[in-house]
Amino acid sequence: MSAVGVLAKPLRQPSILPGFGLTLGFTTFFLSAIVLLPLAALVLMAAKLSWSEFFDVILDPRAIGSYRLSFGASLLAATINAVFGFVIAWTLVRYEFPGKRIIDALIDMPFALPTAVSGIALTTVFAQNGWVGQYLEPLGIKVAYTWIGVTVALTLIGMPFMVRTVQPALEEVQKDLEDAAETLGAGRFHIFRRIILPTVLPALLTGFALAFARGVGEYGSVIFISGNLPMKTEITPLLIVIKLEEFDYRGAAALGVVMLAISFVMLLAINLLQAWGRRRHTRSGR
Amino acid sequence: MAARAKDIFVDEHATRPGRDTFMTVASRALFIGLSLVFLAALLFAPLATVFVMALEKGYEAYLQSFQDDATASAIRLTLITAAVVVPLNTIFGLAAAWAIAKFEFRGKSFLITLIDLPLAVSPVISGMVYVLMFGLQGWFGLWLQEHDISIIFALPGIILATMFVTFPYVARELIPLMQQLGNDEEEAAITLGAGGWMTFFRVTLPKVRWGLVYGVILCNARAMGEFGAVSVVSGHIRGLTNTMPLHIEILYNEYNFVGAFAVASLLTMLAVLTLIVKSLVERTGYKGH
Repeated sequence: MSAVGVLAKPLRQPSILPGFGLTLGFTTFFLSAIVLLPLAALVLMAAKLSWSEFFDVILDPRAIGSYRLSFGASLLAATINAVFGFVIAWTLVRYEFPGKRIIDALIDMPFALPTAVSGIALTTVFAQNGWVGQYLEPLGIKVAYTWIGVTVALTLIGMPFMVRTVQPALEEVQKDLEDAAETLGAGRFHIFRRIILPTVLPALLTGFALAFARGVGEYGSVIFISGNLPMKTEITPLLIVIKLEEFDYRGAAALGVVMLAISFVMLLAINLLQAWGRRRHTRSGR
Repeated sequence: MAARAKDIFVDEHATRPGRDTFMTVASRALFIGLSLVFLAALLFAPLATVFVMALEKGYEAYLQSFQDDATASAIRLTLITAAVVVPLNTIFGLAAAWAIAKFEFRGKSFLITLIDLPLAVSPVISGMVYVLMFGLQGWFGLWLQEHDISIIFALPGIILATMFVTFPYVARELIPLMQQLGNDEEEAAITLGAGGWMTFFRVTLPKVRWGLVYGVILCNARAMGEFGAVSVVSGHIRGLTNTMPLHIEILYNEYNFVGAFAVASLLTMLAVLTLIVKSLVERTGYKGH
């Protein structure tokens, strides 16, 4: 839409329904009071720092170490989810098996389960003597209190985002196209690469971005399993909490601004990916 | 060319989808197997652990852990917080959905993005913004101290942080649903002389009730379970500003595993209940957004 188009559009199109002023007024007021003003307070607090002080805080080696863990583990977790999320979504869409409906419902568990609960439960399961940890220990894989543990926690947290984004896209894959391709002699891999992957790619990337964005900010499920050693297993949100506890509000706010900026970029990316997915969706004629 | 066409013809019978060829059976087993192993290690084992650990020293010890004063007060605080936050966010969600779904105005998609903002923000930041506003060295810290009002390390801060985190849940269920259902019935009601409130309660609310139920239970589960944001504002004062998730952390760090997992088991049951209600709602034909 051109700039002129935006300006030419009336502020509000007429409607016979009442309550526009009341509901929009309340929405804007509540949104400003609870979300926007507090976020502005964060940015203003960081602005109390000079530029050189700001960069000293956000480029401090301990901060860099925390970004490396937060981003690295989130990327790795989102990648694991891209593979297993696809496998789970495929299983739920294409196959019938006993207990399928319960498993389908349980996929949303990490959404509903408090992060502190998943944190202590994962730590117990992946500890040296835990149900899963005891089998990984002889292989030399230590999960709890290492970066691997952080990745495991972020994988659990991101899993439903991936499955729930890919699932509807897989349901859209036109089975007749696959059948046609197979009749024409296409192999399984060929069908996957040329028909299934292009259809679900926008959803796969959206799920990846959602899982990644959630992972970078995650706190509760990570701090129990991570060990929280500075430079090694300390995530950025934890560093912010430590700075707050030391009453270093400006330092905390500076790191908060960095995380907020990342959130905005991710939000933009997710919106663009979803728009791309919708365009594809309409073009395919469904 | 002719030979190839013949091969395909033969193949077509061999690999026709739906036939139990070896590859079809094998890939089916592989996909189901991989999914189950992945979910078993990452999701089912932790869920089962919660209850196994909570009951490790028997049923008596499990029940005993709720007798503790600090645990009881944590449960009470969580219930109070949810009782304040969920209704407020429900009213907000209804108002936002009415404004956004019933009217066309400039800046609408921007408004929707702003409402979704708390979902994109780290829970630590959701709590921190209030510390920066109302904490001792925050923007209003001195003024609040002079007037002897405490927000941070007290109930108001916990409520505000929880409100921030659970802010979008009802709204984002209702907005797409109301947009999809359209305005025809409402316009008919108004034309026939019904007032605005009557139209809302008699026409709109029954239309969107399942979406509303779903949004509210999700909002409630999140409100009762929020950890990061509340952790930042609460100050962790035992028996006073500890919610259930924060109390789990304290008990766990004190190696009181039965106590920690006992409280965790309550929140897990809440999560299971939430998913059951969600499934029931979906059975009415409503699909969550």
